[in-house]
This record gives sequence, structure tokens and C-alpha cells, in this order.
Amino acid sequence: MARRGRFAPYLLVLPGGLWLLAFFLIPMTLMASLSLQSGNLIDGFRQTFHWQNYRDGIGVYGGVLARSLGYALAATVACAVLSYPAAHWIAFRAGRHKTRYLFLLVVPYFVSFVLRTFAWRQVLTDDGPLLGPLKDHGLLPTDFRVLDTGFAVIAGLTYNFLPFMALPIYVALERVDRSLPEAARDLYAGRAAAFARVLLPLSLPGVFAGAVLTFVPMAADYVNAEVLGGPDDTMVGGVVRAEYFDNGAYPTASALSFTLMAVLLVAVLAYARALGARNVLGDAA
Amino acid sequence: MAASACGVKGRGKAPDADFWRGKRAAGKLSWANWPGYMQDDQATIKAFERDSGVRVTYREVIEETGPWFGKIQAPLAAHQSIGFDLMVLTNGIQLEKCRRLGYLAPLDHARLPNFEKYAGPGFKNPSFDPGNAFTVPYESGVTGIAYNTRYVKEEITSIAQLFDPKYKGRVGMMSDSQELGSFGVFAVGADPEKSTPDDWRRAAAKLRRQRDDGIVRKYYEQDYVDAVSKGEVWLTMAWSGDVYTMAGPDVAFVVPEEGGTSWTDNLCIPSTAEHPVDALTLMDWLYVPEHNAPLTEFVNYITPVPDTRRIIRADAQKASGKKAKELTRLADSPLVFPNADELARLRRYRRLTQDEEPVYQRAFEPIPRGA
Repeated sequence: MARRGRFAPYLLVLPGGLWLLAFFLIPMTLMASLSLQSGNLIDGFRQTFHWQNYRDGIGVYGGVLARSLGYALAATVACAVLSYPAAHWIAFRAGRHKTRYLFLLVVPYFVSFVLRTFAWRQVLTDDGPLLGPLKDHGLLPTDFRVLDTGFAVIAGLTYNFLPFMALPIYVALERVDRSLPEAARDLYAGRAAAFARVLLPLSLPGVFAGAVLTFVPMAADYVNAEVLGGPDDTMVGGVVRAEYFDNGAYPTASALSFTLMAVLLVAVLAYARALGARNVLGDAA
Repeated sequence: MAASACGVKGRGKAPDADFWRGKRAAGKLSWANWPGYMQDDQATIKAFERDSGVRVTYREVIEETGPWFGKIQAPLAAHQSIGFDLMVLTNGIQLEKCRRLGYLAPLDHARLPNFEKYAGPGFKNPSFDPGNAFTVPYESGVTGIAYNTRYVKEEITSIAQLFDPKYKGRVGMMSDSQELGSFGVFAVGADPEKSTPDDWRRAAAKLRRQRDDGIVRKYYEQDYVDAVSKGEVWLTMAWSGDVYTMAGPDVAFVVPEEGGTSWTDNLCIPSTAEHPVDALTLMDWLYVPEHNAPLTEFVNYITPVPDTRRIIRADAQKASGKKAKELTRLADSPLVFPNADELARLRRYRRLTQDEEPVYQRAFEPIPRGA
């Protein structure tokens, strides 16, 4: 028994480990190598440690990269602001209907995310069902538009990733011991103070998890920018997709991907540090 | 991917002379095409199935050449089937890549007698595929300007109007770098076919200004049709036939005075096709004028089979009312049967050597990507 027990943890980790090795580590290594190659599709690519790929990629698309991070940040904040009250309400006020409201929160996401984004184009079109009547009544100037603007891209990102913020916050709030905010009130903390000094810090692990789950994929997203954005609202995911799939410019695409990944890693680590490991990992730390 | 890590060998290779040896008809084939390129009831395909007994699986899966190339490149490089025996590729960078990488089956012209007999002179032996070694034309078309007459209150005649600040935020351009680049080159007064890297630089600078001044609302693939029909953009670069088949009644199409780009969409057989003989049969069948006429009546593009015009006129006489008017318009339309003068105003994409391609792409590609 004792011997079997010694190997059990390794055996348990094995399937996941193999999965990560085959579908994460090996592709990553190949991509890292690819990002330093030079050549073209017809003559082939050769490993030349061509660091210029990075310099070229950042030189041409640095602005697009910065914009992607900006949009992702704005949409993350919007997600948090929108979903915290909803999660709070479901956790503390929904009573026995909790599951029903949680279900309602995720129902829209049963429809494909590309379809939902295209549906926005129908609803938000310049003289469509939403803006048309507002313009007819003189509430908006006739050349006002939502589509093909940065606002539309951020709004689309926020909408498409909302549950990834709302659900972790809900879980964190759900775990909070109900007697703690009550104790704060008993000790003469006002509603605001009880929230800011007791409930909010206790729910921060949820906010952190939500922020990571939304910010990282949003920064790399390309569907929202391509469908809802205009020429000045492009995101780096779209560039990588086009370089890789349309042009077969694998080295440039890989170099841009690694740059994005490095920036995201630094951003997430900095965020975790700023919040403090204890807050981030909750009780476990 | 495994191969790419240690450097990928050049895959350019000569066509396989033995390709057709031992290949037999299978009685089925699958065909990848663009939206709007076949009657809604697929009448032409049904007629072919009746005539030949070959069962056709038809899919409209191609919306822009670049992304399509991206999808098929990996399986073709690995000598795997892409699930299609016939596909429609526009002349240009990606077709050139497919040719040079050996991704296309060499055509057996002994089995294409109708192509020989009926293809118009302008459609044989094109510069992008000498001797029609790998492709035969499906339809040709013109890139010009479509505008919505509900919003645009003047006549659109010139590419310069796409740069008019009065249409700020209401202009659509295409994201394909060959289309966008050609219009940029026209706009700076040069000829796309003969353009030099210096012309590309000037054209790119002009297109960039157009974007940064907020004149361009968006860069489109085929979705410009929807945008100009709804009035999201008022004028946009457009493909001739789309405007007739898919756009609303207020949308007009014009070939600008500076000229327009002309391109040819070509039928070709991927080298890994499982049913290449049947694909070849369909290619040849489409060249019989009686078979081609109903297709051209629907798609409104330039057919490679000039004899079709005679049949369309005859159909117009047989038909009545709206349908007759429509067919007469079609038979007289310079966009479907252009005359020599009109053809003289059209230019093809610049043919790019392998060294020129990255220079060209670097000039134009970042523009629709907002960089």
C-alpha cells in the first residue's frame, strides 16, 4: 500500500501532464523556433535566429498591440463593473432562485459567439431597429453611428466575455461567511464601510480570476475587432491570424504571438503582485 | 509543424506528368465555390448531374482568396485531401503560390474539348497560367465602384471620389491587398499592371492618408455588399456581378474613368483531389454554351464562353415582362459582355515576382490592419 501511495500523485498528474506536453509545450517550442526563422512558403523556412522578425513585427504593429491591450483593459473594467452587482445580487438576494438566475446569465452563450457578434451588426446598423427611431425623433444626429468604432469593439468584447467575470465573482461571494459582514455592521461599520473593508477584500480572488479569464483572451481576440471595428480599431489577434493563415508568413505571426504572450504574462504578474498573493489565492495562501 | 521547426524544405516542384495515369471516373465530386456564384436552386449543378450521372456536393466556402489559401495550405503540403475536387481561385498571389508549390493537378486537355472549342480568345493562355496548364476560367469580373443612390446625390465616375473628404466615414475599400493596391495605384495616376515599387509607395501613402483622415469607414471582404445596401457606406469598391445578384435596388455600379481591375476566377483541381476525373468532366461540361447560359444569366459576371450571349438573347425573346427586360439588359451589359474599348480600360493585378511580393505586401497590407 505504502509503495503504491508514493506513486499515486505522479500517476494522477500523468494524463494532464502528457496533454500539456503534447498540446502546449511542444507546439510552443516549435513556435518559438519558428519565430526566429527566415524564408518564405515556396523556398521554405530556415532557422537563422532572425531576431529582426520581432523588431519588424513590433515596428509595424506595435501601435495595434498597444491598442489591443487598451481595449482589453477597458473591457475588463467594464465587465467587472457590470457583473459585480449582478453577482452580488444573485449571491445574497436571489434566495432559492439562484440557479435559475445563474442559468439566465449563461443562456445567451449557448449561441455561437461569432453569430452573436454578427447579430450585433444587424441590431446596431446606422438606420436599424435601434438607431433608426432615435434619429427619426431627433435624439441623435443623423450621421451618428456605433458600428465600426472602438466603442463597438469594447462593447462587443464586454458582452462576449461577461460570464467569465460574473461567475468567478459569484463563486467568491458565495463562499464569504455571511456572519462577517453582519459582524462588521454590529461593530458600527456603515453599509459602505462593511462592503469596502470586509466584503470586497474577501471577494477579490473572484475578481482576480475573472480579470485574468477575461483580459487575456480579450487581448488576443480578433472576431470583435474584425466584425464590429473600423480601420482604426484593429487588434493584434487579427494581424496574427492574417499573417499566419492568409500570407503563410509563419515567422512574423509567431514573433507577434510571442510578443503578445510576453506582454500579457508581465501584465498578469504585475496585477497579481499589486493585489497581493494572499488576496489573489484566497484562503489557500 | 514538426517539419517547420527544423527549417522547411522548399516545396516548389514541377507538375507530375503521370498525374492522370490510372485515374478513373468515380461518379461523384465535391466543389468549393464563392457565395453568389451559382443559382439559388443550383439549377446548373442539377443539370450537370442529370447529364453526366455524377453526384455533386456543392459548398460556398470561399469568401476571400487569402483566408481560403490559409485553410487548404497545410493539408495540401502534407499531400492530404482538402475534401474538395474542384475549387475556384482568383488569379493572383495565392494562385501563383498554389501553382509553384505543386498544389494543383495539371489539366489533361485531351479531356477538355469543349474548352478548346468554346472558350473566348481572351480566356485562353492567360499570363497567370500559360497554356491553361492548371486552370480554366469560371467567370471574370471587374472591380469598380458601387454607390447607394439614396445617399449619393451626384454621379460617381472616378476613383478620386473615393478620396473626397465630403464622404468622410462613408467610403468602403477592400481589404485584399491586390485590390486595394491596384486602386491606390490608379489613384496616383499610374497603371497597376506596369507599376513600380515607387508607385506602390506613393499609392500606399495616399491610401494611408485616406484612412487617417477618417474617409474610410471599413475595409471589406465580400461583406461590402451588405454595408452599401444598408447605407452604412455610401460608396465602396465592389465586384461587378455582386451588385446585380446581391445588392439592393438603390445600388449602382460603375467602372471608373481611371480604369478598373479585372480578374478571373478559375476552376482548378487540387493535387490531392480524390475524384479528379469527374472534376475535369464538370469543367468541360460548363463550357458548352447551352450549359453556361443559365449560370451567366444568374451570376452577371463575364463568361469565358462568348456564344452564351446568343442564347441569352434568345431566352430574352422567349421570356416576358420583367424577366425579358432583365435578360436583354444582361445581353447588352458591358459588364457581362464588355466590348474592346471597355476592355482597354481594364487592368489586371500586377504580376509579382517572388522578390517583389514581400515589398508589395509590406506597402499595402498594414493599411487595412490599422497599422
